[in-house]
Amino acid sequence: MKGEVWVYAECIDRAFHEVSLEILSKGREIADKIGGSLSAVLIGRGLPDLAKELVDFGADQVHLLEPPDSNFYLDRQMVEVLAEFVKEHDPDIFLLAATSVGTELAPKLAAKLKTGLSAHCIDLDINEKGHLLQVVPAFEGGVLATIVCPDQRPQMATISPGVMRVRKRESRNGKILRREVPLKGEPRIKVLDTLREEPMDTPLEKAEVVIAGGWGLGGKEYWHMLEELATLLRGAVGATRPPVDEGWAREYQMVGQSGKTVRPKLYMGFGISGMMHHMVGIQDSDFIIAVNSDPGADIFKMCDFGVLGDLKKVLPCLIQEIRKKVKRVEV
Amino acid sequence: MRIIVCLKPVPDPKHWKEMSLHPTLKVLVREGIPNVINPLDRNALEEALRIKERQGGEVIILSMAPLFCLSILREALAMGGDRAILLSDKAFAGSDTLATSYILSEAVRKIGDFDLILCGNQTIDGWTGHVGPQLSQFLGIEGISLVRMIEEFHFEEDAKGRAKAARAIVRRNIEYGYVRIEAELPLLLSVVKEINTPRYATFAGILEAEKKEIQILSASDLKIDPSHVGLTGSPTKMADLFMPEVKRRREIIQEKPEVASRLIIEKIHQRGLI
Repeated sequence: MKGEVWVYAECIDRAFHEVSLEILSKGREIADKIGGSLSAVLIGRGLPDLAKELVDFGADQVHLLEPPDSNFYLDRQMVEVLAEFVKEHDPDIFLLAATSVGTELAPKLAAKLKTGLSAHCIDLDINEKGHLLQVVPAFEGGVLATIVCPDQRPQMATISPGVMRVRKRESRNGKILRREVPLKGEPRIKVLDTLREEPMDTPLEKAEVVIAGGWGLGGKEYWHMLEELATLLRGAVGATRPPVDEGWAREYQMVGQSGKTVRPKLYMGFGISGMMHHMVGIQDSDFIIAVNSDPGADIFKMCDFGVLGDLKKVLPCLIQEIRKKVKRVEV
Repeated sequence: MRIIVCLKPVPDPKHWKEMSLHPTLKVLVREGIPNVINPLDRNALEEALRIKERQGGEVIILSMAPLFCLSILREALAMGGDRAILLSDKAFAGSDTLATSYILSEAVRKIGDFDLILCGNQTIDGWTGHVGPQLSQFLGIEGISLVRMIEEFHFEEDAKGRAKAARAIVRRNIEYGYVRIEAELPLLLSVVKEINTPRYATFAGILEAEKKEIQILSASDLKIDPSHVGLTGSPTKMADLFMPEVKRRREIIQEKPEVASRLIIEKIHQRGLI
């Protein structure tokens, strides 16, 4: 229907993925701009409480699709079911999160619906024709492109986690429409088990202080110093690709295009050259400090405060100074 | 067994800094910038070669690209691919991921009788990660993204060389770990970097590659209606292209560690974080 904005809400262990609330908030903004309504789609069994939460975060109605099996994978059958459901309602816009699930589901759904899809959007807007403007990074964020889908519907986009702000929760009224979705035939794909490697409560995306390190750290010894600095400032440690490859840092600590997006009050980068694929993940930080020994490092063009110097001298000195300061405060 | 590896030539990331934005045409000026195999597609090819080494069969390289990208396909053949197919036609230019996946799916149908398709999870230039899942959708098979490991691979052929009992167990990345998924073949897997370390082409491989076949197919060879592909056949259009704006204070200092540390602490303190 014209003016209808849809958002796919994703949950893990009966709680929303933070990004689902982020895109719901953005969806509300877009729906208001086009004078339309906002619907959320939620798939799973026994989730009416969560559906109510979606209303409180801005949805006018929630389509709760309940498959017979709660341990489902978004396989071809589920894509078929969802595609049929979308066709039935014919929304104008359909937003999904660029999560591990969303990045697989959205393109399959777009292919089934023969419509356009943009990936990892960092901004959305509406132009004078009422079309959805979708800003996506290309060449690892070195270039930004605005994508439109003028003729096909729905206009589909996946949104990068961490770039949209969550609106305040308020008690609102909205419809919750439950529907049983039967699946036809035997699935050709089966989830055997799920293995958790990352602590459930990873602080990186929510940390007020992010201390990040790159190749320039040179080894594990200095990586431990980063961790100490992060502890002193009650922050989290992030990494670029090389420290992960070298085994100093873990995969889930990676920040940037292929990792997480952070927006702390303070970001400090040590030995980070400032490649765009990392910078896109930190560009919304309130304040960026960089320490690097290379005067030509790109990060110096993209920071608020840059220290040109040997981090192997600056880092221990900084830790020592902060330790004194923190101690004094605690006493 | 027949494995198809999808491969995209991309501008060499080492030269990205030389690219510029045309001020009025709003296109990227990338003249003289060499192309390389999309990094993750190398991982896809490596995985295909490893399966072939265990199970036997054929590895076909499939790519949609301009004719000048033939050398990229030759490199993939030097790594060990058996033959290559290049989809090249002016009508294909400007295809978005939906149109591209459709073209690839028509080529896969033409190849026929495949058991496994391997793709890199995303390309380093466009970074959409769409083509793998969309190709699987067009072909009516299951597609799994973010595959970091093929844990088990069972493949039995009947007398005619057709797959009898064929299934795989893979590890697929999720935000906080991974899921193990069992799936029947034919199957499409989009792989991530952790899956393997791609091999380099050997000198013997390079010599051998010269003798291998590269088939070039056009839109009419694939019986594709040109209005369904290229710029006109793509639902998404690029409305604008621009460089990200950086608004930062850019205060750069060069001081002794003690002084630098004190100045950093001052900044942290101003933000109420210490």
